[in-house]
Amino acid sequence: MVHLIEFCGKYAALDVESGSVHAIDREAMRVLTFKNAGKTNKQIRNDLGEGVEEVLQEIEELEQQGLLYSDPAENLSELKFNTPVIKALCLLVAQDCNLRCSYCFAETGEYHKNRALMSFDIAKKSLDFLVKHSGNRKNLEVDFFGGEPLINFDVVKKTVEYGRELEKKHDKIFRFTLTTNAYQVTDEMAEFLNREMKNVVISIDGRKEVHDKMRRDAGNHDTYDRVVKNAHKIVDGRGDKEYYIRGTFTHENLDFGGDVVAIADEGFDQISLEPVVTAKEYAIREEDLPQLKHEYEMLARHYVKRRKDGKGYNFFHFMIDLNSGPCLNKRLRGCGAGSEYLAVAADGSLYPCHQFAGIDKFYMGSVEEGTVDAGIKQAFCDTHIFTKKGCEECWAKYYCSGGCAANAWFDSGDLKTPYRIGCEMEKKRLEAAIAIKTFSDELV
Amino acid sequence: MKHIKTVTKNNLKDTLISGGCGECQTSCQSACKTSCTLGNQKCEKKEK
Ligand code: SF4
Ligand code: SF4
Repeated sequence: MVHLIEFCGKYAALDVESGSVHAIDREAMRVLTFKNAGKTNKQIRNDLGEGVEEVLQEIEELEQQGLLYSDPAENLSELKFNTPVIKALCLLVAQDCNLRCSYCFAETGEYHKNRALMSFDIAKKSLDFLVKHSGNRKNLEVDFFGGEPLINFDVVKKTVEYGRELEKKHDKIFRFTLTTNAYQVTDEMAEFLNREMKNVVISIDGRKEVHDKMRRDAGNHDTYDRVVKNAHKIVDGRGDKEYYIRGTFTHENLDFGGDVVAIADEGFDQISLEPVVTAKEYAIREEDLPQLKHEYEMLARHYVKRRKDGKGYNFFHFMIDLNSGPCLNKRLRGCGAGSEYLAVAADGSLYPCHQFAGIDKFYMGSVEEGTVDAGIKQAFCDTHIFTKKGCEECWAKYYCSGGCAANAWFDSGDLKTPYRIGCEMEKKRLEAAIAIKTFSDELV
Repeated sequence: MKHIKTVTKNNLKDTLISGGCGECQTSCQSACKTSCTLGNQKCEKKEK
């Protein structure tokens, strides 16, 4: 399968099965379009004239080298997706929050249940559970999430300390991460986060007015200025450790490129801005897609321009590694929700991932019992690009790996029916990422 | 070549044999928490 990309007046071709990428000219674009439509070389010569001979020869040469129209690996769909071990947990250490964001999928921390803080006992049992279920995987991931995890800072601290003990005992490495709204960050917290967390994700939505419209505190005040100040307190002390400023865009700010720029202008250089999940009135609609796609194009150009000017930043979805990146096994398996990644609610209940937390149908057991619902785990293991509708034929499959199971579920009530609007955005982001790698400075 | 310039030569299929250790980061943990774009993830083996 060959996917043809037209981006800001430039053309590229992705050979899906090998992962090879080519910059192509207009003529090659025309010929490949005909080939993709199933025309034979003879028909193409007939339709486009003898002048296309040179292009056809180049295509043939690349086909022989396995760089165009290459075949999929044999029996790929029969690969055994052996039951994976659990290697990552998302701990909802605080199902409560000091903000009241309008679009919060966790209902400002409640997760369809009551507000609650995780006890140290449950957090400890969660780490024990993870070690026990991780087989011989060495690298284990624990994300402190909420609500707002820093309102339960004491438990976060003790949990990390306990994790460090377990590392030695069991020859494991814990990679701790934390996602915060940065509303309440003391110097002690910042210092701790910068010492212990492999990655810190800070929620800022972009332009002040966009942020303040959605992200209000409990007294209904603006939060932007305070949050940006606190974010700097963390980021400025991080050295070369990872962080992300992570925003959400909704139907209300379809010109989200302006928000990415605003975050970069605030002096942050690791940025991720994501479409809202599930919040009905703010949800992205089908009719928003043309504008969103245009926005990703504009953003790609801005991204390249800033790099050229020596003021570059990283945008999460544009940072795709075309040369190596993860192995095919990983690309087939997807996000790992419900199989190698689980969420633990404040009371110790297990769910396939943070987005499913609190939904009774997806209750998978508890860290106290230490068992996992085999049926739900299997259902998630069985959800991959060969079982999801339309994925096997999709050019983006090895980069998207079947999309977000939660998005699929909330959209259609079926884990195996991808969220179509999400697919469209994903594909556009990938095209942008490929175009940036392929054309770089020529895009501006 | 005049019309087609190869920017990235790749063979994903080879990684089927070399890969699969499972030590790499869970995709959703990295930054976005709402998608599993994993083209941008690093392979632990290559990192070493
Ligand atoms: S973009 Fe959609 S159809 Fe394509 S692989 Fe991803 S989820 Fe499947
Ligand atoms: S289902 Fe979606 S939100 Fe949950 S881990 Fe997977 S990609 Fe992330």
